[in-house]
Amino acid sequence: MKIAKKTIHFLTIVVLCLATTSIFASGSDNKQHNQKDGGQVNTQEEVKAYIEHHLKDSHDFSLFSYTNDEGERKHVGFPLPVILWTSEGLVTFMSSEFHHNDDGHLLVEKKGLKFAKIHSKIFELDKGQSTVAFDESHHATNAHKVLDFSITKSVVGILFTGLLIFLWFSKLARQYKTRSIPKGFGRALEPLVIYVRDEIARPNIGDKKYRKFMPFLLTVFFFIWILNLLGLTPLGFNVTGQIAVTVCLALLTLIVYITNGSKDFWAHTLWMPGVPVVLRPILAVIELVGFILIKPFSLLVRLFANITAGHFVVMSLIALMVTMKEAFGPVASTGMSLVLSLFISVIEILVAFLQAFIFTMLSSLFIGMAVEEHEHH
Amino acid sequence: METLLNDFSPGLFFMQLIILVILIVLLGKFAWKPILNSLEERESGIEDALSAAEEARKEMQNLTADNERLAKEARAERDAMMKEAREIRDKMIAEAKEDAKEVTTKLIETAQASIVQEKQAALAEIKKNVAELSIGIAESVIKKELSSKEDQLKLVEETLKNVTLN
Repeated sequence: MKIAKKTIHFLTIVVLCLATTSIFASGSDNKQHNQKDGGQVNTQEEVKAYIEHHLKDSHDFSLFSYTNDEGERKHVGFPLPVILWTSEGLVTFMSSEFHHNDDGHLLVEKKGLKFAKIHSKIFELDKGQSTVAFDESHHATNAHKVLDFSITKSVVGILFTGLLIFLWFSKLARQYKTRSIPKGFGRALEPLVIYVRDEIARPNIGDKKYRKFMPFLLTVFFFIWILNLLGLTPLGFNVTGQIAVTVCLALLTLIVYITNGSKDFWAHTLWMPGVPVVLRPILAVIELVGFILIKPFSLLVRLFANITAGHFVVMSLIALMVTMKEAFGPVASTGMSLVLSLFISVIEILVAFLQAFIFTMLSSLFIGMAVEEHEHH
Repeated sequence: METLLNDFSPGLFFMQLIILVILIVLLGKFAWKPILNSLEERESGIEDALSAAEEARKEMQNLTADNERLAKEARAERDAMMKEAREIRDKMIAEAKEDAKEVTTKLIETAQASIVQEKQAALAEIKKNVAELSIGIAESVIKKELSSKEDQLKLVEETLKNVTLN
């Protein structure tokens, strides 16, 4: 009950933030949306652009947008802090200063530097430039990327998930001090912890050594799972579909199994016994490439691709009601879209768990391979 | 691939790395370690309790077996004792019967002996009495009949005729 209360408190705070900041964020910005329909998304190209925009990280937390009677585009959400490391050092401002502009036409001036946001990336204009110039393939020619440590939507998602996991599991840990069987929500969490321990870590790493890696595996499992599920909510997070996030997760796995590799592991990797000596260096190269590049790469691409594809498919199916309206009529297209997106959402809930499971499973498999000690014959 | 690299945000990567490492450390300290420790404690507790129950069950079995053995022994003892008692009783009865028989026989013998004796004595008494009676009769007869000679003879004859002694 207490956990539920805490979660409700947290949500209340989020809603309060929305209430106070949405006024600020909903400033009209019909300048950039100079289409006649006020920026509505209703053609195939616009849908595609919208989905692509969603799949990227964003600098503000927008929940939805609409066009009012005056033809103004209104955005509901709240801005997030932008933290940049530029040629002049640290620069910070709120994302609302971009006024939802995403094509580089609106410039924000700080410390004598001009910043533009182009496709969710912040560019710093070169010295002496006043507008962003684009080449044919829509790349900025007179601006360069800056190191962007902003609290983006994904970072908010990561922080939120981290906080959630910490609250849930530290509460569970505290319950064990007074009782041996947890109650309430902890009763649902405990089997998950046991599942990760008994089905993922123990069989792959071995009974003797699994304990050391449990904090990593458990954290990664719940982190990925909750973020995957969060991505299916209307809040529109796409954290595990960010390549930077999956790279980070895979890199941590790599670091964990490289630093814990046993003597046997290195001996077998670098100088494979029982193979002609001529072949050994070639095998060593293959093994090293496998362990250092291919295995982490497969981890990071699998998670990224699955989640991105899931979001893409769900959004495309939702968009069916717009794109198929002319062909099938509004009722049929809406019905089709509803049925299909409901169906795929159910599959995505399964995928959310499956990807967390696979990532943790493969991580513990690789760790198991690295820490294994062979019996000497 | 190019879009992948283009989409890669070093800033997000950095933030994620920091947050995740902090999260792993914090959770490891405040959540996973106590949770896993308590789970293991609980599991070993359950295992101990189960083995203790198993042991108790075995002990119980042993006790029952002991009890049964004791009861059996007691029953056997009781049976033996009862048998012995029965034997003693039978023996005693038999002895008593024997004794009684002996005593009775003796008594009968004595009685018979004394009967014979008494009879003899009585006979002797009777003989004596008869002799005395005869003598008396003879005397009185003699006294009366001796008045005549004929009478006397007649009497003697008659008397002798009647009295045939054994």
